[in-house]
Amino acid sequence: MFELIGIPPQALFGQLMLGLINGAFYALLSLGLAVIFGLLNVINFTHGAQYMMGAFVAWMLLNWVGVPYWGALIIAPVLVGAFGIVLERLFLSRLYHLDHLYGLLLTFGLALILEGLFRSQFGSSGLPYGNPLPGGTNLGFMFLPWYRAWVVGFSLFVCLATWFVIERTKLGSYLRAATERPDLVQAFGVNVPRMITLTYGFGVGLAALAGVLAAPAYQVSPTMGSNLIIIVFAVVVIGGMGSILGSVITGFGLGIVEGLTKVFYPEASATVIFVVMAIVLLVRPAGLFGTAK
Amino acid sequence: MLETLASAPVLPSTRRTLLDARDLHAWYGESHILHGMTFTIPEGEVVTLLGRNGAGKTTTMRSIMGLLRKREGSLVYDGTETVGLPPNRIARLGIGYVPEERGIFASLNVRENLELPPVVKPGGLTTAEVYELFPRLLERKGSQGTKLSGGEQQMLAIARILRTGAKLLLLDEPTEGLAPVIVQQIGEIIRTLRAKGFTVLLVEQNFRFAATVADRHYVVEHGRVVDAILNEDVPANTAKLQEYLGV
Ligand SMILES: Nc1ncnc2c1ncn2[C@@H]1O[C@H](COP(=O)(O)OP(=O)(O)OP(=O)(O)O)[C@@H](O)[C@H]1O
Ligand SMILES: [Mg+2]
Repeated sequence: MFELIGIPPQALFGQLMLGLINGAFYALLSLGLAVIFGLLNVINFTHGAQYMMGAFVAWMLLNWVGVPYWGALIIAPVLVGAFGIVLERLFLSRLYHLDHLYGLLLTFGLALILEGLFRSQFGSSGLPYGNPLPGGTNLGFMFLPWYRAWVVGFSLFVCLATWFVIERTKLGSYLRAATERPDLVQAFGVNVPRMITLTYGFGVGLAALAGVLAAPAYQVSPTMGSNLIIIVFAVVVIGGMGSILGSVITGFGLGIVEGLTKVFYPEASATVIFVVMAIVLLVRPAGLFGTAK
Repeated sequence: MLETLASAPVLPSTRRTLLDARDLHAWYGESHILHGMTFTIPEGEVVTLLGRNGAGKTTTMRSIMGLLRKREGSLVYDGTETVGLPPNRIARLGIGYVPEERGIFASLNVRENLELPPVVKPGGLTTAEVYELFPRLLERKGSQGTKLSGGEQQMLAIARILRTGAKLLLLDEPTEGLAPVIVQQIGEIIRTLRAKGFTVLLVEQNFRFAATVADRHYVVEHGRVVDAILNEDVPANTAKLQEYLGV
């Protein structure tokens, strides 16, 4: 067996794969945040809680209703997205004419409430969710579990599909235009308030989708979102708020950076993303893919 | 209120009224900007709002589109009261808007900018007809919208509302800051649109240009219409207009 700079390839590629998995979650979550921020100008702090809800809805569907993983993959994002739509109509829509800060405070408060509700209902220890794709294949240089391959491939597909819709379709042109000048797009006859509501629902649905994907990979627990969302905000800062492709590339890229750090300097793996964030903020305050306003 | 109505200058017209503004008031937050604008736009005419900087011309346009949160009075378009409707519903009645700052989207290319406004009524120009009118936009259809020259952006801003089937076009200072040749082209376009049956509300600072395209003029001062002049009477009223506009 050959070694690479003193590291066995099994370990190297294994960590790279783990990095890609984390990257897939970063990408899905920061993509949703970017879409929401672009149109609503709201930094959606509830995003982590909505991710957690996605995982819990999948768990409930399986354990209470008997709907398996593959059904939950569609149903949970729709349900949680609909819940997001209700939140937007009831609360968020009243804050658009105010400073960003109000939206941030509201969504932060909502996240705490949701997390608390789930904790009191399910406890904080975490619930197991069976792997729908057990087993894997030996690639020679590493063992590839099927489920991990699925998460990375499917997340990449969802991210690229979202990018395609936003950048290359008519619907996406409404979204891009309304991100720049919502008033003018509405004065052309487009129902922009409805578009904003649906966009929020979609962004929340993306978070819930990530939650369903996470359920078999991690534990289903009330705090799973708040642990992740801090890193995701760092990813968003690094990529630049509001850039769609930027958030996807940065998400996967930082997952890989984190994985590699685990191989070469494990002590730093928990902080490397924040170090990158500090450097990016110093050198390019608008983020790698952002444009200064 | 009655006083403003009574003092509003009126001009005769044999045509059907397409837009009827009566005692229109509008506010930006706390500032009361329009103080009872009253004027009518006959169908098929090119009507201008003339007035100095800050008179309230743009605010009138934005009020017609419903873009101001607080409006009072009456704005009847083609039989429908629009005060109280949101901008998207007003646009769907058949009003197209070219804002003063043109509003070309940087994240859209020229073709996407052109095709952005949804079709609201039947009878608009086809995309092919629009390109025929503005061949330059066809040449540059892949460029980023804001990479166009000022004149081209103005053409694009006008072109994109011709496809929608809107019958009333609101053009806010389409000649502002443009070279004389381009101004002439825009004059030509406005005459073409009139010939095609469009109704146009045009904001202008330059009444000499306005007189080459319009049927009637309303003079706006401090958020009110203070005078109305038929285009054929402009030569006889040149001195008065110069006084109004401070030129
Ligand atoms: N967003 C705003 N908030 C507060 N006041 C405004 C706003 N926009 C315009 N105003 C004020 O409203 C008044 C009318 O402005 P408006 O833009 O309608 O004038 P205008 O006739 O179009 O002038 P111009 O010829 O310079 O375009 C001005 O006194 C202006 O300062
Ligand atoms: Mg103006």
